[in-house]
Amino acid sequence: MDLGNLESLKFFYPEIVLSGTILLLILFDLFIRNKRWLGLMAFLGCILSLVTTFQLYGMSPGWLFHHMIILDNFSLFFKVVSLLAALLVVWMSLGCREIREIHQGEYYTILLTSALGMFFMASSSNLLMAYLSLELVSITSYILTGFLPHNRRSTEAALKYLIYGGVASGTMIYGMSWIFGMTGSLDYARISEALFQGQTNHLALFMAFIFILAGFGYKIVFVPFHMWSPDVYQGAPTPITAFLSVGSNAAGTAILMRFFFPAVSRLGEGGDWLFISGVEWPHFLLMVSMVTMTLGNLCALNQQNLKRLLAYSGIAHAGYILMGLVVLNNDGLKAMLFYIVVYLIMNLGAFLVVVIVANETGKEEIGDYRGLAWRGAAIPAVCMAIFLFSLTGLPPLAGFVGKFFLFAAVIKQGFYLLAVVGIINSVISLYYYAGVVKTMFLDFPEPTDPQVTMTANTSALLGVLSTLTVLFGIYWGPLVHSLH
Amino acid sequence: MAIGLTHYLVIGAILFSLGLYSVLTRRNAISILMGVELILNSSNINYVAFSHFSSGNVEGQVYAIFVIMLAAAEAAVGLAIVLAIFQIFHTIDVEAAETLKE
Repeated sequence: MDLGNLESLKFFYPEIVLSGTILLLILFDLFIRNKRWLGLMAFLGCILSLVTTFQLYGMSPGWLFHHMIILDNFSLFFKVVSLLAALLVVWMSLGCREIREIHQGEYYTILLTSALGMFFMASSSNLLMAYLSLELVSITSYILTGFLPHNRRSTEAALKYLIYGGVASGTMIYGMSWIFGMTGSLDYARISEALFQGQTNHLALFMAFIFILAGFGYKIVFVPFHMWSPDVYQGAPTPITAFLSVGSNAAGTAILMRFFFPAVSRLGEGGDWLFISGVEWPHFLLMVSMVTMTLGNLCALNQQNLKRLLAYSGIAHAGYILMGLVVLNNDGLKAMLFYIVVYLIMNLGAFLVVVIVANETGKEEIGDYRGLAWRGAAIPAVCMAIFLFSLTGLPPLAGFVGKFFLFAAVIKQGFYLLAVVGIINSVISLYYYAGVVKTMFLDFPEPTDPQVTMTANTSALLGVLSTLTVLFGIYWGPLVHSLH
Repeated sequence: MAIGLTHYLVIGAILFSLGLYSVLTRRNAISILMGVELILNSSNINYVAFSHFSSGNVEGQVYAIFVIMLAAAEAAVGLAIVLAIFQIFHTIDVEAAETLKE
């Protein structure tokens, strides 16, 4: 199936619905006084788009818009992930005091635009589309990061993000220009054809890949392209931090896989992928994965700010997710997709608790969480403990199952060193996650510490997320089944 | 001596290095943004040169036009952020903006 422009439109409903919602939001922002309705509208738009995405599931793969966009279950999966992230973040924003004080119309518009960019990141099958979608996500993220007016941290985070992002994407297109020069095409299928004929210079190809990895790597946040993330995560409004930590990571993984799989490798026998010869990819990724998770966990050890701690833990989790890519087969891919869903749920949950506490206290330092359970917030404290232990990978929570699949895929292919490093890292991470839990339960609050209460809105979302975290830890069958 | 593909690629590489150099060494936010623009333009030169000399299609030139457009969009957002930085910190020296630290 290779469709032209007009025929493609009927397979393009999720994007059309989302774009329509964005335009309506801009329009209604002019008339509506109570801006909460805009949030609800964005929420409905996401749900509608989600429904249309599910209708496309299970179709035979094909190309849309003259080979620009690929439509298959892989891209639909990532569309669902980015929509879920957008949906939950809109929900979270509705209950966030920080957001209520800013221009909500623009906020929801740009948030959904970013989700739209993630759609294209997951489905681009052309170097030009890949660059455009990546920039759509990047530029909207810069704006969202600096969205808090007259706030030193938010503005500074936006500047840092802008500089890192600009350099990373510039480096990426420089690498892409070399790929274009060597193969004479921007289309992934034709690039793959040209590369497998073996006329190319391996050194030049390797350099080009490293350059391209700079662009993708800064989205996924792996070492050495991770420097922006702690500052940006700490400075950005908390719902946006949550959105970036899961959405940007998932979309970056998607675009990397897209580029790896059709463009520079082929499906071999038994579900293994064959890479173009001459470039030692598995070992390169192995190193990156190990360094990323170790560095993320070690830096997280002495953090005082909870958002910053979660940023470093996000770097570590990017390392775990990369483990699935090292093995280069379908088992690894499935483990990776499962982990991305689980990570989405538990990480958003952790950030939701940060939002709930910051709504009342306005603070994010770990010290401000002392005795949280005894300050009228027993439920958020228990939920936070669930999310943090799930992020560590303790049974019977979803994070354990996700890590189990990843380690199983890695061990099956004989990468024992990687598995050992991964397990040691999980143990290290237990230290700082448990430290937060200890502060919440075992430390006593000072009389001056404010009480923390929840609204109906945030408690409903908290209930959904924590139930899912526990549920996927016990009963993961349906989710795994849906990934096949 | 005829001007060939190599000459363009060398210019592209030099521009890229200069861009990276100015991003890494400058402290003025506007200079850093100019460095980013240099990096983007170095790849434009590569695309157009490859498109003209080796690929035989116009895909590379189309790419260059898109890059120019996106560079403008990025500059717009970038300058807005620099303006916000100036309003808050009263300078655009990036080392002055260091509220966020370990």
